[in-house]
Amino acid sequence: MSDVIIELKGLSKNFGDQQVLKGIDLNIHENEFLTLLGPSGCGKTTTLRIIAGFEEPSAGEVLFDGVDISKVPPYKREVNTVFQKYSLFPFMNVYDNVAFGLKIKKMDKNLIEHKVMKTLKLVGLEGFEKRDVTKLSGGQQQRVAIARALVNEPKILLLDEPLGALDAKLRKEMQVELKKIQQEVGITFIFVTHDQEEALSMSDTVVVMHEGIIQQVGTPEDIYNEPENRFVASFIGESNIIEATMIKDCLVAFDDYEFECVDKGFKNNEAVEVVIRPEDIDIVKPKNAKLRGKVKSIIFKGVHHEIVVGTKHRDYLIHTTDYYEPGLDVGLTFGPDDIHVMYRMDWETGGAE
Amino acid sequence: MKHYVKMVWPYVIWAALIVVLPLLLIILYSVTKSGNELVNIQFTLENFKRMTEPVYMAVFVKSFELGILSVVICLILGYLLAYFIAGFQEKVQNLLILLVTIPMWINTLLRTYAWISLLSDNGLINSFLEMIGLQPLNMMYTDFAVLIGLVSDLLPFMVIPIHTSLCKIDQSLIEASMDLGANRFQTFWRVTFKLSIPGVLNGVIMTFLLSISTFVIPKLLGGGQYTLIGNLIENQFISIGDWNFGSAISVILAIIILVSITLMKRIDKDEIEEE
Ligand SMILES: Nc1ncnc2c1ncn2[C@@H]1O[C@H](COP(=O)(O)OP(=O)(O)OP(=O)(O)O)[C@@H](O)[C@H]1O
Ligand SMILES: [Mg+2]
Repeated sequence: MSDVIIELKGLSKNFGDQQVLKGIDLNIHENEFLTLLGPSGCGKTTTLRIIAGFEEPSAGEVLFDGVDISKVPPYKREVNTVFQKYSLFPFMNVYDNVAFGLKIKKMDKNLIEHKVMKTLKLVGLEGFEKRDVTKLSGGQQQRVAIARALVNEPKILLLDEPLGALDAKLRKEMQVELKKIQQEVGITFIFVTHDQEEALSMSDTVVVMHEGIIQQVGTPEDIYNEPENRFVASFIGESNIIEATMIKDCLVAFDDYEFECVDKGFKNNEAVEVVIRPEDIDIVKPKNAKLRGKVKSIIFKGVHHEIVVGTKHRDYLIHTTDYYEPGLDVGLTFGPDDIHVMYRMDWETGGAE
Repeated sequence: MKHYVKMVWPYVIWAALIVVLPLLLIILYSVTKSGNELVNIQFTLENFKRMTEPVYMAVFVKSFELGILSVVICLILGYLLAYFIAGFQEKVQNLLILLVTIPMWINTLLRTYAWISLLSDNGLINSFLEMIGLQPLNMMYTDFAVLIGLVSDLLPFMVIPIHTSLCKIDQSLIEASMDLGANRFQTFWRVTFKLSIPGVLNGVIMTFLLSISTFVIPKLLGGGQYTLIGNLIENQFISIGDWNFGSAISVILAIIILVSITLMKRIDKDEIEEE
């Protein structure tokens, strides 16, 4: 990957006696689309606000190109933000909103016009210059907010749940468009969302956060296929998460049986957790499988069926395109690489061991 | 809903009785000759013509000068005070606003007498000046005294609307401005002040209205010969007894106020649409 542009080092933040960030270490690279993903209140916005300069960290450093900027005021940072509520200036039209940052820099009028028009074109708002921003639709306001930030040619664009207020269809469209814009302008995007699907589909890197601690950093594939702990596994889509024991490398035991797997590096007989994605489980005849049970329910979900199979120890969730009658006796199989072994999570501190 | 509409009627009648009726009477007085009886009304524009006489015009000019000056001073002081108050946490803000409004609970007359005891030739300020060996100042019965009285009287009416509109400003707009490279000073002029204009206009209208029609303060702090529009009207009604001329002045004053308010509302709109 390219050069590191922002480095968060041991970042902590307290509000009163509540510790909101508990030691965040993160490297963010040039041209990277990085997403902070986590449930409400996990500290995503706070992290973003520290990078933007609206909050000062209680401890730790924010290095920008290797220089600590944690005391630099927001207006001196080469970072721009797309706010969650857009926060457009209501008394200015689209053009003046977008031109705001350039006017502050006392740029030449013609140059301002050139840049504003170019950016409006980039976000698909040609011909909207004179419009009143308060009379635009949510999606259009969103684009103005993006243009207003991008026109300043920041090295980093911060986006705090920018699609949160849009309806599902528009949201999908904007996801594609944002990704396209990022590739076109070639700068770093730090994107905040609590929608895992959004995070997986848009990002180069996903950072999963929980209670002020980073749980895992990786590509969307890593995060989905190799979750490091139960929190990540359950937050990234529906899963079967099973307490298990690692007998030795490549052999894990749960539900009375031993299964071959591909994970190594755990202690022998270490208590672990195993995640099996619902689409990785196959339903077969009972005599062909170790795990057996009865179909408890089946729901059609559009593309696949969501099936719950009750076995002796637990219910398994399975996604398949086939139909199985409730009450049917079935067997469940999965391959060694469908089993993902994770460290067992210490729920007391909310962190991974 | 229909039900409730009926219940509004008593209030409408009440309002008509105490507001509209006197207003109509004043208008009637202003366009009739004195000594009229209801059965035999004689219309005239004489009362309005009289106002163009230099003595009266001078009073109008003086009133406007003083009114505008006190509004400007109130605006500067009031904005600073409101901005300062808006910087505190909510609880402290409420307390400070309470402090600002306390003078409003005290009768204007009493407050004005308090100023007299401070400003008069042997008042507190002069006693103090004498004590430290300086020349006493002549402050009573000057523009300065009237201005101080007016400004202190009107300040809360400026502070409260401005403070209200400052509090309503979405903090994220301030952050957006700083995010886009504007420092605190630039952010204030380009965002905060713009968003507080409705409050400023309300404050300006309110204080202008009050200052242009005041009569207690100029009478007590400006002395007997100090005449503003308010005193003129008061004199016509109370000492001279020419209700018709008094009414005409009141009508003109009301029209001037209405026109100023309309103009200012228009500025408000233009200000916001411009840029
Ligand atoms: N200015 C503040 N004062 C006090 N507490 C705060 C402040 N800002 C944030 N918090 C608290 O910090 C925690 C993390 O907040 P943050 O806004 O970073 O969460 P988030 O991950 O962005 O959540 P969401 O998805 O709901 O936006 C929350 O418990 C919040 O109440
Ligand atoms: Mg947030």
